[in-house]
Amino acid sequence: MEVAADRYVYLAVALLMAGGLFTLVVERNLIKKLIGLILFQAAIFLFFVAGAAEDGATIPVVDPDRGVDVAYIDPLPHLLVLTALVVGASVVGVAAALLLRVQRAYGTLDDAELSNLTSADPVEGDAADQRGPAPALPPELLSRRSARALRERNSSGEGDPVAGADEHRGGP
Amino acid sequence: MTSTASALPALLPLVAIAAAVAATAVGWRWPHGARWVAVGAMSVVTALAGVGLVRTLDDGALTHPLGGWAAPLGVEYVLDPFSALIALVVGVIGTLVVLYPAPLGLGGAPAPRVPVHALVLLLVAGLLAVVVAGDLFHLFVGLEIYSIASYALVALGGPAAALASFRYLLFGTVASSLYLFGVGFVYFSTGALDMSIAADRLVDWVGTPVLATAAALMVTGLAVKMAVFPLHVWLPDAHSQAPPAVAALLAAVQVKVAAYALMRVLFDVVPPEQLDLIPLLELLTWFGVAGVVVGSVMAVRQRDIKRMLAHSTVAGLGYIAIGIGLANPLALTGAILHILGHAVMKSAMFLAVGGVLGATGAKALANWRGLGPRMPWTMAGFTIAAVSMVGLPPTIGFLSKWFLITGALDADAPVVAIVIAAASVLTLVYLLRVVEAIWFGEPRDEATAEATEPGRGVVAPVVGLAAATILLGLLGATLVDRVVTPIARDLMG
Repeated sequence: MEVAADRYVYLAVALLMAGGLFTLVVERNLIKKLIGLILFQAAIFLFFVAGAAEDGATIPVVDPDRGVDVAYIDPLPHLLVLTALVVGASVVGVAAALLLRVQRAYGTLDDAELSNLTSADPVEGDAADQRGPAPALPPELLSRRSARALRERNSSGEGDPVAGADEHRGGP
Repeated sequence: MTSTASALPALLPLVAIAAAVAATAVGWRWPHGARWVAVGAMSVVTALAGVGLVRTLDDGALTHPLGGWAAPLGVEYVLDPFSALIALVVGVIGTLVVLYPAPLGLGGAPAPRVPVHALVLLLVAGLLAVVVAGDLFHLFVGLEIYSIASYALVALGGPAAALASFRYLLFGTVASSLYLFGVGFVYFSTGALDMSIAADRLVDWVGTPVLATAAALMVTGLAVKMAVFPLHVWLPDAHSQAPPAVAALLAAVQVKVAAYALMRVLFDVVPPEQLDLIPLLELLTWFGVAGVVVGSVMAVRQRDIKRMLAHSTVAGLGYIAIGIGLANPLALTGAILHILGHAVMKSAMFLAVGGVLGATGAKALANWRGLGPRMPWTMAGFTIAAVSMVGLPPTIGFLSKWFLITGALDADAPVVAIVIAAASVLTLVYLLRVVEAIWFGEPRDEATAEATEPGRGVVAPVVGLAAATILLGLLGATLVDRVVTPIARDLMG
């Protein structure tokens, strides 16, 4: 029981991690999944700060009256948490931008609906509906032979596409 | 291993970061200027990595204490032959990706105020920071830098790509957090974050739950980043939705850097006695086997070329996981060769896909019929890369699988060797289908029939990389003797 009383912080860490992970997996709304992720990261930050704490220790600043021979808490884990906080903030920013894009394109942020909507996109499926409009390559991206062949084909009007392909079959 | 002080390890990520800032600034008004900044920076990085590889093979590791503060107070950058080799791979593939035409490869022509090339440079900077990190926490920072850049880069592929990128973000951030959690365990037990100091002090902790947990957390986090089965589920969506050159960078380089980090932590930080006590390496081997099988089977079932290549990447990473898990010099040689070879092969294939998408818009395999005679150089490059993926001599694919199989037999794991060979047959199935359709099929529609060879910007990288797979295979003996075996021995010793 003393163990639990001493280490209640780690219990909180475990609960936060579990709660965050659960939210991330179970919730259907993407923003709630993001919140779960933030909770999960917060648990890990709490772990670092708790690990640095010490009973009866003072802040890691030298007090001229007391000298340097005192117990002070370890400042390094706090610095690690600061860095990780910055990283976490950047991740949340990128995630929010991604969600904005998804919301504008599909009108919903529900995971199940989005799965339906994106699997309706012709990504896998039959050849017939595989085709997007073939983007015309801008001239500077065509090789010289291809550009010449295209010019000839356009100037000579409708050519048989297969025969047109035969024209430059003779080599690369 | 002796180590010399040098600025080289720090220069690698620094050049990339500085160039990212410069590319954003230049790209604000002149987007094409940003591209040339990127090309220049990537060339410098590649040259530095090459110099670093030669120097470290001859003289031993190079270290650089950041800001002059040596460990344990400060953070050290360490470049040893393994780091230099991975940095070289990052540099070469990165240079080819920024040389590749942006409309085809990066999801659109570069526009003013849209820092696409800066994002690529940030990705490279993060990868290099992981590669030279001599400090566990700095590795986390590098991990997150490249992950954030890759979330943004994947989303360039469109709204469906933004959704895939969000799911990838959730997975990837949980993974990095797990790794950080493990680093916390290491710090609170040993008081050190520097890899070599922590490795020394961790020897006292062998057999304790603390070290077992720390190792498990760090390995799990890095295994997600490396897409080891069953933590690979983010990869097919993310890589198939990303624009082709981004997918090339991600599949060829990014997951390999995660594999590098995994090897560093497993072999240079966790004491070997601990690895005998916990079945971590056996798990890695068997999950690698599962990844190879599942990846290959799923690839056979795909009808979209990018998804097929993405599942094939899962299989490729399975091979590397097998090599790491078997943990004998032969298997590690195979793993490192596969890192090299798969990087070259997969990027060749993705860049070829980019060319095809630009010429015909075809993503379904059925619409690749008959492309061969119409785009001979691109398709020849794709075919050679496919031959290497199957593992036929004299390509590098054959060499890496050879070492993996002999490593498996050396470790008394004949089942693993059989699986590797069987998976090569599966690879043959899904790739031979494509190759046969390309060269011997009839075009299904006009867009394919009218397809023409893309310009030099596409053909040159594809053909160059394909030639490299053969060249690396032919130079295999020298490569293994002079470069890879010393690396494998250092990792094991």
